[in-house]
Amino acid sequence: MSAHATTYVPKSRFAKWFESRLPIAGLIHSSFIAFPVPRNLNYFWTFGAILIAMLGIQIVTGVWLAMHYTATATEAFNSVEHIMRDVNYGWLLRYAHANGASMFFVAVYIHIFRGLYYGSYKAPREVLYILGVIIYLLMMATAFLGYTLPWGQMSFWGATVITNILAAIPVVGDTIQSLLWGGYSVGNPTINRFFSLHYLLPWMIAGVVVLHVWALHVTGQNNPTGIPIKSGKDAVPFTPYATIKDVFATVVFMILFAWFIFYQPNYLGHADNYVPANPAVTPAHIVPEWYFLPFYAILRAVPDKLGGVILMFGAVLILAFAPWLDTSRVRSTNYRPIYRQFFWLFVIVCIVLGWLGAKPPEGGYVLAARICTAYYFAHFLLVMPLVGLFETPKALPGSILESVTGPGKQVSGSGLPAGAAAAPTTKG
Amino acid sequence: MADTVATGVAAPHGADGTRRDFLFLATGAGLAVGVGAVAWPFVSSMAPDAATIAAGAPIEVDLAPIQDGQIINVFWRGKLIFVRNRTEKEIQDLRAVPMSDLIDPQTDAARTKEGHEKWLVVYGNCTHLGCVPAGHSGPYDGWACPCHGSLFDASGRVRRGPAPSNLPVPPYAFQSDTKIRIGEEGGGKAAA
Repeated sequence: MSAHATTYVPKSRFAKWFESRLPIAGLIHSSFIAFPVPRNLNYFWTFGAILIAMLGIQIVTGVWLAMHYTATATEAFNSVEHIMRDVNYGWLLRYAHANGASMFFVAVYIHIFRGLYYGSYKAPREVLYILGVIIYLLMMATAFLGYTLPWGQMSFWGATVITNILAAIPVVGDTIQSLLWGGYSVGNPTINRFFSLHYLLPWMIAGVVVLHVWALHVTGQNNPTGIPIKSGKDAVPFTPYATIKDVFATVVFMILFAWFIFYQPNYLGHADNYVPANPAVTPAHIVPEWYFLPFYAILRAVPDKLGGVILMFGAVLILAFAPWLDTSRVRSTNYRPIYRQFFWLFVIVCIVLGWLGAKPPEGGYVLAARICTAYYFAHFLLVMPLVGLFETPKALPGSILESVTGPGKQVSGSGLPAGAAAAPTTKG
Repeated sequence: MADTVATGVAAPHGADGTRRDFLFLATGAGLAVGVGAVAWPFVSSMAPDAATIAAGAPIEVDLAPIQDGQIINVFWRGKLIFVRNRTEKEIQDLRAVPMSDLIDPQTDAARTKEGHEKWLVVYGNCTHLGCVPAGHSGPYDGWACPCHGSLFDASGRVRRGPAPSNLPVPPYAFQSDTKIRIGEEGGGKAAA
């Protein structure tokens, strides 16, 4: 980073003076303006930008909500209703924040499946990918903490169930639970510290996002062919090509977001959370938010408490091992005819697990959840290593350019000079 | 010393090296103790505070108004506790259950106070993930958990998972035939 080569040339005297003291303009120029991006990126590559936009929206709406919110067991529920009824545009801030969390997860799931499909986790992008898994874990923690804050029935019982999950950890579980509760059960000290942590974690996410983007700019972006940039003609400069595409996709995504805010603001929530928390009554049908449902189904598929907890956390952590579990030398699933079928089976299994997570834990649902859980883990532990060994991949195109124009054609166009694209290719 | 730096010739080790080793170890040890000493108050401050502990003093429950077969909810330390006035038939049925049928084997007598077998006092949160099971429901006429389907009998014993253990019995003692004190065992011993 210190020896960051840049083509940025400061023009004004002030810019020269500043650049020689803190070369941040050069850093931005080489990262977001001149940075070479593969010319064949499709719209699945815009979700990184969409996710940064969602993080920004969540932080801004969250900071504003915190101006009106009271984090105590007796006042939290009322203060949320106060935001909804009394605060100017409070309803908008709250609906944007609550639905923003869901949209954040919509975008992150597309982003994760894109990475899995195109083999973006494979060398040399393992660290980049693992940073992404860490961001995902932090997002889950933040979303859970935030969901407890309105202190409705779902908030309270969600907090109870999740903190009881941690009590299953052998030896130290009870101590961890007591330190999280700050008492003998979920109560006032709990909501107080959950609010503090809910305010803290997004900044940690922002910090890891910086590392994630940094790692991305070291290795360069993957692309639908999975082959690296070989010459300047394989790439286009980040600005305007990627910039305008990212902004356009973000605007389209915001239309979906706005539709939820203005037309279906409570569709993704639960009516029970408009009932104040009552420690004597559990809602008849308790389910987490939709984005946790696949993991909830895995938890319930196991008849043993500790076993269920281990599998649930394992389902997230196993993602981090994908770079080493996948033995194929071909990145993109486009060129992997057998793995491609398993990949879509995996996507279907994840969706079915999500559906099962919302169903009552009885009869055929439990059996189905067990079969899907078995496949979920088998996909990582059996399919990824074995298919990579036995599969014959399709022929890869000679270059990114060739994949766009067809083999052997010459193009004039907006390619970069070879030198500008050289840095990422040395590692890719 | 200045001479050594300027010429780039290292001073002979011997005594000098020992002093550096000592400084290195002393600094490291001091740092470890310091980090621990600073971390401790942060972690400890998250434990239940004095007010929360004080609010967890024992409570008395009057049993006289509880009808045959009725279950009431009381709270101690923010935790839900069921007090159930069991019918004679329920008690007879529970005694007939063989230990081999139980996930967490325990006799009904071991879960009640001698001479007061009709009264069951148990924590009201499922031992799986803490939901409140609904009373008088399920095939064992005990409790049925709405969250993950655990079933308990009228002694609060788990009969079907995923709950791993019976509903725990809180510390309590009979003050008289119609009054119990929850939070300490008989003889004035305070609960941990």
